[in-house]
Amino acid sequence: MTLAAVIVLAAGTYGFRLAGPLLRNRIRLPQRVRDLMSTAATVLLVALVATASLTKGHEFAGWALPIGVAVGGLAAWRRFPFVVVVVLAAVTTAALRFAGV
Amino acid sequence: MRSIWRTLGPVLLRDVAAVAAGAVVNGASFGAISVASGLPWWMPVIMSLLVFAGGSQFMAVGIVASGGSPAAAVLAGLVLNARHLPFGLAIGDVLGRNWLGRLIGSHVMIDESVAFAIVQRDPVRARAVFWACGASMFVAWNVGVVGGALIGQAIGDPAAFGLDAAFPAALLALVLPALRDAATRRAAVLGAVIALVSTPFLPAGVPVLLALVGLVAVGKPAKHDLPIALGENR
Repeated sequence: MTLAAVIVLAAGTYGFRLAGPLLRNRIRLPQRVRDLMSTAATVLLVALVATASLTKGHEFAGWALPIGVAVGGLAAWRRFPFVVVVVLAAVTTAALRFAGV
Repeated sequence: MRSIWRTLGPVLLRDVAAVAAGAVVNGASFGAISVASGLPWWMPVIMSLLVFAGGSQFMAVGIVASGGSPAAAVLAGLVLNARHLPFGLAIGDVLGRNWLGRLIGSHVMIDESVAFAIVQRDPVRARAVFWACGASMFVAWNVGVVGGALIGQAIGDPAAFGLDAAFPAALLALVLPALRDAATRRAAVLGAVIALVSTPFLPAGVPVLLALVGLVAVGKPAKHDLPIALGENR
């Protein structure tokens, strides 16, 4: 991550935020476009979850990492608090690695 | 300020406080994970102050941590944050009509403040809860990030503590509520498969962007009451 990248992301994000209040009397986004925008966000996040938990570089990451993430995911699905989800995932992966998985 | 608290009443205030408390924890995870992935402590701090959109921050740091280019990270973050445009169209005059209100209010326009404001029928209450939530989330998230970044510095090697698993697990927790919608789920699964299959052949960061092809699986328009993508900063 570079400072320039942070600034570009910040400027673009602020642009999206400010555009709504400024343009609301002039443009009207079709519901279909709004739905696609919110679905696109979810698609990106899920793809990142998949690649970050299954791959390291261009290869398979080994079993400890995806199993830890899956345990965290299970906790999230059971509506455990956020911090429990994160700690469970990390502890599981660390324990599996320690055990040589 | 006093009048804002009075307008809100104890129930809304309690809800806002609960969401803000969650943001402290979530921000701390972001700070710690960022530093553990190799960033200097001030990078997640500056990022949180300037970008102030948790999902995209996790996303950008995650892409760079996995070897992706900053350009891919920025692009993915921007696609993620494009949802703020319809947010701004939807919440109407909640920000007020004067310039200062719009300029500052736009920065605290996040999933939570929009979600709280959009369900209020009374415009005065909508405005009060938008500002109360937006301002307390800004403080809570950034305080959390600073704390987490300092803790992360003390931790050292992320792989030894399984911190590389903490990051995708955090994202998964954020995105899970949005997956209840069947069309969204189809698109997300197809996108994830595309990203995984292309990972061995493409530069890091690009497969995640390629996942957007999964949107073709959305099919017919689905019904949504709120333009809320996901409950970040929970």
